[in-house]
Amino acid sequence: MAGFTSFGNDLYTGAKSIDFIGRRRLWYLIAGVAILLSIVIPILRGGYHFGIEFTGGSEYTVSKAPQSLVSNTTIGADAVHSVVSNLESTVSIVGGSNVRVQTAQLSSDASEKVAGALAKAYHVPVSDVTSSFIGATWGADITGTAVRGLVVFLVLVTIVMALYFRTWKMSVAALIALAHDLILTAGIYGIVGFEVTPAAVIGFLTILGYSLYDTVVVFDKVRENTSRLTADSPRTFAETVNLAVNQTLVRSINTSIVALLPIAGILFIGAALLGAGTLRDISLALFIGIIVGTYSTIFLATPLYTDLRSTEPAIKLGTRRALAARARA
Amino acid sequence: MARAVTPQVKARRSLVGLAVIVLALVALNFLGVLLAPGATFGTKVQSFVPKLGLDLEGGTQIILQAQTTNGKPPTADQLNQSVAIIRQRVDAGGVSEAQISTAGGQNIIVSLPGTPSQATINSVKSSARMDFRSVLLTSAATTSSVGSKAKPYTPPASLSNQPSTKPTNGSDLAYVTPYLRDLYDHYTCGQDTSAAQQSLKHPGDPLVTCDPTGTVKYLLGPVEVQGTHIANATSGIATTSQGATTGQWVVNLTFDSTGAKQFSTVSSRLVALTPPQNQFAIELDGKVIEAPAVNQAITNGQAQISGSFTQESAKALADQLKFGALPISYKVQSQDTISATLGSTQLLSGLIAGLIGLVLVVGYSLLQYRTLSFVTVGSLVISALLTYLVIDFLSWREGYRLSLAGVAGLIVSIGITADSFIVYFERIRDELREGKALVGAVEAGWRRAIRTVLASDGVNFLAAAVLYLLAVGDVRGFALTLGLTTLIDVVTVSLFTHPILQLIARRPFFAEGHRFSGLDPRALGAVYRGRGSFRAPVAATGAVLRSRGEAVRRQTIAERKAAEQGISARTGSIDTIQEDRD
Repeated sequence: MAGFTSFGNDLYTGAKSIDFIGRRRLWYLIAGVAILLSIVIPILRGGYHFGIEFTGGSEYTVSKAPQSLVSNTTIGADAVHSVVSNLESTVSIVGGSNVRVQTAQLSSDASEKVAGALAKAYHVPVSDVTSSFIGATWGADITGTAVRGLVVFLVLVTIVMALYFRTWKMSVAALIALAHDLILTAGIYGIVGFEVTPAAVIGFLTILGYSLYDTVVVFDKVRENTSRLTADSPRTFAETVNLAVNQTLVRSINTSIVALLPIAGILFIGAALLGAGTLRDISLALFIGIIVGTYSTIFLATPLYTDLRSTEPAIKLGTRRALAARARA
Repeated sequence: MARAVTPQVKARRSLVGLAVIVLALVALNFLGVLLAPGATFGTKVQSFVPKLGLDLEGGTQIILQAQTTNGKPPTADQLNQSVAIIRQRVDAGGVSEAQISTAGGQNIIVSLPGTPSQATINSVKSSARMDFRSVLLTSAATTSSVGSKAKPYTPPASLSNQPSTKPTNGSDLAYVTPYLRDLYDHYTCGQDTSAAQQSLKHPGDPLVTCDPTGTVKYLLGPVEVQGTHIANATSGIATTSQGATTGQWVVNLTFDSTGAKQFSTVSSRLVALTPPQNQFAIELDGKVIEAPAVNQAITNGQAQISGSFTQESAKALADQLKFGALPISYKVQSQDTISATLGSTQLLSGLIAGLIGLVLVVGYSLLQYRTLSFVTVGSLVISALLTYLVIDFLSWREGYRLSLAGVAGLIVSIGITADSFIVYFERIRDELREGKALVGAVEAGWRRAIRTVLASDGVNFLAAAVLYLLAVGDVRGFALTLGLTTLIDVVTVSLFTHPILQLIARRPFFAEGHRFSGLDPRALGAVYRGRGSFRAPVAATGAVLRSRGEAVRRQTIAERKAAEQGISARTGSIDTIQEDRD
């Protein structure tokens, strides 16, 4: 790790400097293409795959069924047919020994009977069969309130950031980066074809918090560095911002790894044990979101902020002087 | 003269403060366990483990959407009334620890742990309504504890349930068949849950039921006026015909035109009868909430109920009457039955995954921060302890239940909590690179880091708070743990991490920058310059600079100290250097 530490030192002093700001046109292009793909590919693939909470229906999970019966998916379908003939059902295996059966929405009575029939078919007690009955509006309700929460949050956070940083430009840059994160995460969901469940919506909302959290940490360093900038400084505004990003790069890498490790634990280990479920859905959204959130702070939020500020007369003047001084030297 | 407050004294104070907080939380939790109603020395009702949500514990969760007959969304008052009614039904069904809450404007979430009976589940879903019936018989009830497991009494089948003569009106005692008489005589309040269903399905039949407290039982005639005919109900202080107040709280009831006609017929009849038949019962959801006697025939549809009301009880009755005017039905949004087996596997794998994640975090920080990572681990442990205690406390006081989404929130918080330490450590390292001694670097690094930590945690907390206030269901559980851990993060970093660093900064192992301390100025490439200086801009790039850095790194501490003094002596301050360069 000594290598990593001295890498951090060089970034700090500016001995080593990655030109995040200078190459911003490239990052914008990449972001633009990524956003375009995130919108176009899911549409081409036929839209999002919504979970039962959005479409409505009945779902059963048989826990710990005997291994010999799990692999045979017709058992589940037959059990459903024995209660309601010609009812279509989707039978899938989740997490090794759990069987998930989804059907169209059933009446409360029929639902009970199907649970009983499944328990019998898989030789498990009825208490090991989980059943859910979900009206088609439930998922939409959750999402509706989530979207309302989102709008309120965005308005509040824009004000809070503008007050804290004393400039609305940081708020705008952070919000654009946030929109980029959300579109990309949603896009990856659509591209891979993962089911959109309320749990995924929760994960989505957390990205919101995390993405802004990460941006605030880096912006605070930018604020610290640029506040000492005067018109006579030898460094241009863009260079100062770039130094701030480089100085917090080690933090960004360390934090995202530390945040990703437990989530990866749930995603890869937990999902292997559990299969689909609330935890997997949340952790998947978070896993993607944290990577994208950290990336967009560095490659999108700070370059955008630089562009927003670069038209200000004071900064233009500072840049001209610094460049002129350098040309003289 | 007050002694100067050194960082060490401050650090010790902070640690003492933290210890007080932890001890207070532990004491509160002990209090919760020891003082819980029903706890004896041997058995405890409460435990030190937080209660689990349905998705982890197993049970049935029903999400109902309240709907009024006029299609308008229910008011907050009506929703609260609904919750009260559903709670009554669930309690009568003998389900303990049920959770009933409103969410998102018109939803009611009913969580029934364990395996509730189908009858209980059905009773929860049925709509609630209010009716007026005449009282046929009433007496004090033989109470039995609410929700006792004993089967409700059923009269022998040999008794006839056919009236001997056809009843002529709602007060006709011909309704009291031998069967009903027997049922009434043996009726114990608190065992029967079917009164609400019975009333809803057979409004034209007599009904045996109790008041909500289970102290009075009634045999009532058929429904004579429906609650929908109530136009308005208010509470107020009664006035005499001269307009002087009597100081007595009353409930004023106004019927619509149909209701006025119906109530006129009933009250004209009842006023001539002897007690208890001169009483009419206001029945809400199968329970008699009030059974006033009629003093005079009310023909104009304006009734006044007086009695020993207080301001609160008069308002409560008026609210219930108004609620009755708009019967609410419930549409099932979702019904989940989670087997306890699935719940416990989920919890277990969630914990295993979280634990593995935590071990990885510790391993990584050990690589990055060497000995300093013990401070990280210690801080994480303190955070975990505080979080556990607060959640346990919330579970006791507020009935909070840890759900799967909540567990996810906790695991996510590991990253955010660890980030505070990373930001802080990196700032200290930055200060060391500037050439400060460790004690100074800790103080200066802290002043910068706490700003960042507060700003970023503020944004995170804002997100959690907005989600908690606006969202429904799982999202709320998630938001709560996220918000909670964000607050705890701030407490931990300022009352534990920083004081510990202040103290260890004096230890030679760290102060001299041992190779494994994680704060080794040599490894950090510190360049000793003037105190409080910040690095001059690096205009030169590439080979020149790298070789200069190399040379500096190869210097011994003594050489660097000498160089530092040389620079200070020569220029005094860094600003001069900058001007020179310009």
